[in-house]
Amino acid sequence: MKNSIKRNCLSVIGLLLSSISIAQTTDDVIMMNKKQWCNGLTYTSSQWKEYWEGTFKRDNANIGSITTQSLMFMSNYGISNTVNIMAGIPYMVTKASAGTLHGQKGLQDVSLAVKWKALTIPFIKGKLSLFGVGEFSTPATNYEADFLPLSIGLGTTNFSTKLISNYQKNYLNIRLSGAYVWRSNISIDRTSYYTTGIVYSNQVNIPDAANFNLAIGLHKKYLLADAILYNMTTLGGFDMRKNDMPFPSNRMNSTGIGVNIKYTLPSNTHISFVGVANYVLAGRNVGQATSFTIGCFYANSFIHKTKATNSTSNKN
Amino acid sequence: MKKIFYTIPVLLLLILSFYGLNSCNKSISNRTADLPALNPASLDLNAGSWKTILLNRPDTFSVATPSATTTPNYIGELNEIKGYQKHLTSDQLNKIKYWSAGGVLRWNEILRGLVAKYNLPPYQNPDGTYPIPSAANPFAYPLFPFANPPYAARAYAYITAAQYDALVACWYYKTKFNRQAPYKTDTTITAYASKTNLPSYPSEAAVLAGVTAEMMILLFPGETSAVQQLAIEQEQAAVMSGAASRSDILAGESLGRQIADVFIAKARTDKAGSAVGTPTDWANLENNTISKGETPWYSLETPKRPPMLPLFGNVKSLLIDSASIVSLRPGPPPSTSSVQMKTEVQEVYDYVKNPSRENMRIVQFWADGAGTYTPPGHWNAIASEDFIDLNFSEVRWANNLALLNITLMDAAIVCWNTKYYYYNPRPCQLNPAIKTLTGVPNFPSYISGHSTFSGAAAALLSFVVPANANKYMQMAQEASFSRLAGGIHYRSDCSVGLQVGQNVGGYAIARAKIDGAH
Repeated sequence: MKNSIKRNCLSVIGLLLSSISIAQTTDDVIMMNKKQWCNGLTYTSSQWKEYWEGTFKRDNANIGSITTQSLMFMSNYGISNTVNIMAGIPYMVTKASAGTLHGQKGLQDVSLAVKWKALTIPFIKGKLSLFGVGEFSTPATNYEADFLPLSIGLGTTNFSTKLISNYQKNYLNIRLSGAYVWRSNISIDRTSYYTTGIVYSNQVNIPDAANFNLAIGLHKKYLLADAILYNMTTLGGFDMRKNDMPFPSNRMNSTGIGVNIKYTLPSNTHISFVGVANYVLAGRNVGQATSFTIGCFYANSFIHKTKATNSTSNKN
Repeated sequence: MKKIFYTIPVLLLLILSFYGLNSCNKSISNRTADLPALNPASLDLNAGSWKTILLNRPDTFSVATPSATTTPNYIGELNEIKGYQKHLTSDQLNKIKYWSAGGVLRWNEILRGLVAKYNLPPYQNPDGTYPIPSAANPFAYPLFPFANPPYAARAYAYITAAQYDALVACWYYKTKFNRQAPYKTDTTITAYASKTNLPSYPSEAAVLAGVTAEMMILLFPGETSAVQQLAIEQEQAAVMSGAASRSDILAGESLGRQIADVFIAKARTDKAGSAVGTPTDWANLENNTISKGETPWYSLETPKRPPMLPLFGNVKSLLIDSASIVSLRPGPPPSTSSVQMKTEVQEVYDYVKNPSRENMRIVQFWADGAGTYTPPGHWNAIASEDFIDLNFSEVRWANNLALLNITLMDAAIVCWNTKYYYYNPRPCQLNPAIKTLTGVPNFPSYISGHSTFSGAAAALLSFVVPANANKYMQMAQEASFSRLAGGIHYRSDCSVGLQVGQNVGGYAIARAKIDGAH
C-alpha cells in the first residue's frame, strides 16, 4: 500500500503562461495508480529585470522588475495505472517595481490533461517508457491579455499534445519530451493594433508554439532530483519594435535551465514536497526570468487494500 | 475494461489532430477588407463650387482640355484598358476591389497605419538624454517622425484638407470638360467597380494618388518609396477597372501633386517644425510654474524625457486665427495646493485601487497610446466606418474627413496651448500610490487630450451625421472618462477638456455650414 502511493504528483501543469514565466508542464513521468488521487498547492515567484526586445537585450527603468506570483491548485487522479487525468488552476498576481503601470491579478487558465503511459520495454539494461499527454487549457476569467508585460496570461485556449520518452536505469533517469501547442486567436479590447502592419480588427492571430524538455536526474525512493534544459519556440509572431510595448502575438522564445526536486516523507508517504528553480538563458520578446516554485501534495487511494498489491509494478 | 481507458487518450489525440487541421485557418482579416465598390448616393456634381481650404479658386492650377473620345489618341487609350482586361490576374482584381471601396477611405486607413508605425517614443541615449528624430535623415534611429498625438493630428489634417481641395478642383474640371468614363464610351469595356455618370477627366483616383503621395512623403519621408508604389497601384486599378483612361490619370495626378504643393508650403511655415522647443524653453516652463506658486509637471519617465512638443500650442491652425486659439484656452485648473485638487487626486486613486474589468476595458479601448494611430486616428476610424454606410461621393468623403481632421488638429493646438500654459502635474506625480491602467503620457495633465479631441470630433460628427449625434457624444464621454478611470487624469481635466473640445468643434461646424457641401 505504501509503495503504491509513494509516487505523488509532481506535475505542474498549465503553466504555458506567456512571456512571463515558462514553467514545467505535464512533463514528469510519475503516474498515479488506479484510483489514487493526489492534490496539491504550489507557489511560484518569477522575476525579471532584463528582457529581449526582439533580439535586443535591455532593461527598462519605467517598469523596473516584473514579478509574477502564482498560487496553483493541482489535482491528479489515476483512472487506471496507465491513464491519469490532471487538472489545475492558478491565481496570479503581477507587479512592476518601478514606473506607474498597474499590476494585474486573478485566476488565469484552467487546464485539464490526460496522461497515458503507453509502453514500457526493457532497454539497455534499464527500462524505456513512452508517454502521451493531451492537454486543454482555457482562461478561467476574462482577464486582460493585452496588457503585457503585466497581463496574467495570453488569453488563448490551448490544445497540446506531448510525447515523453523516459529511460530509467537504477537511479538514473533521462527523459526527453516534445509538445506542440495549438493556440486559439484572442479578442482584445481595442479595435485596431499594429504588428508588422496595422490590423483593423479586435481579433489577434496567436501563433502556435512548440516545447522541448530534456531532463536528467536521480530518482530514488523518496527523493527525485532532475536537471532540466527547456525550450519554448513560438511558431510565428513578430518582434517588438524598439521601445514598443510587448503584444500577445509576439514571437516569444526562450531557452532555460532548471532544477526540479521532489521529496516524499518516508514517515508518511501520502505527503510530498516539491521545489523548482528555473532560469532563462536566452530569449526573444520575453523577460529573462528567474523563478522558484515550492509545493506540497497529498495523495490518497480509494482502492481497497487487498487490491493494491498489483500496482507496485507500476513504479517508474 | 482496461481497453476502454486506452481508447480515451487515443480519442483525445484524434480530436486534437482534427482541431490542428482546422486551426490552420487562423488568419485575421480587416473589418473593411471585403467592402463593395463605392456607389455614391449623389455624384455631388456641384462640388466644383464648394469652398476650398487653402486654394483660392478651384482652377488655380489649369488642366488642359482633353482630347475628344473619337480621336485616335483616345482610342489608343481605350485599347490599353482592353488589353489589361483581357487577362486580369487575381492580384489585379484584388487591387481593383480594394481601391474601389473608396480612395479617400483607403488612404485614410493607410495613413492610420503609418501613424501607428511611427508612434513610438525614441529610446534613450547611453547618457540618459533622448535623441530627436530628424526629417533630413528619416531612416536613422530614431526614425522620423515620432508620430505622437499632436504630430498625428496635424498629419491627418494636412493630408485630408489637401485631398479635399484637390477633389474640389477635380470635380470642377470633371463638370467643365464632362468627358465620360471609358466604360461609358466603349461598351466592350467592363466596369469592374461601380458604373456611374461621373465624368472621368481628370481621374479622381489619380488626383487622390498624386495629392496624397506628395503629402505623405512630406510627413513620413521614410515611406516615400512605399507611398509612390501605392499611388501607382491606385492609378493602375482605376485604369484596369475601366473607370479611367491614361489621360484621365495623367491630368489627375499632375493636378493632385500641384495642389499638394500649396499645402506643403503652408506646412513648412506653420511653426510645427519648432514645436519640440529647446532646453531653455523646457526650463522656463518649469520655472514659470514654480514662480506662480504651483507644483510644476515633471516627466514620470526614467530617464526624464523632455515634454512632448511643448510649443505645439503655437502652431498655426488651418481654420482658427491665433487670437481665437488663445481665447479658447480655459481658465486654470485647481491649484496644486488646493483642497479641491486633493479631493480630485483621491478620486483618481479610488478609481484605480481596485479597477473593475469594465473600466479596464474602457481604458484599453480608448488608450490609443504608443504604437497606435492616436486618439485622432481613432476618431478617423469611427468616422470612416460610419461613412462607409452613407455612400458619400469621394469629394464628400474628403470634405467630411477634412473638417473632422482640421478640428482635431485645432483641438491639439488648443489642448497643447493649455497644457503648457498651466504645466499641471499628473495625478501619479502628486500621489505615487496611483498606478495607471495605461501608460502615462509624457506631457502635463490639464486639459485631457483625449477629452479635447473627443469633444471636438463628436461635435463635428454630430453635425455631419445628426442621426448618430447621441452615439458620438456618448463615445466622447466614455473616451474622456477612460482617462480618469485609467488613473492618468483628474476629473476636471476631463470635463473641461470635453467642453473645450466641443467649443473647438464649433468652428469647424460654422465653416461646414458655409462650405456649400452641407
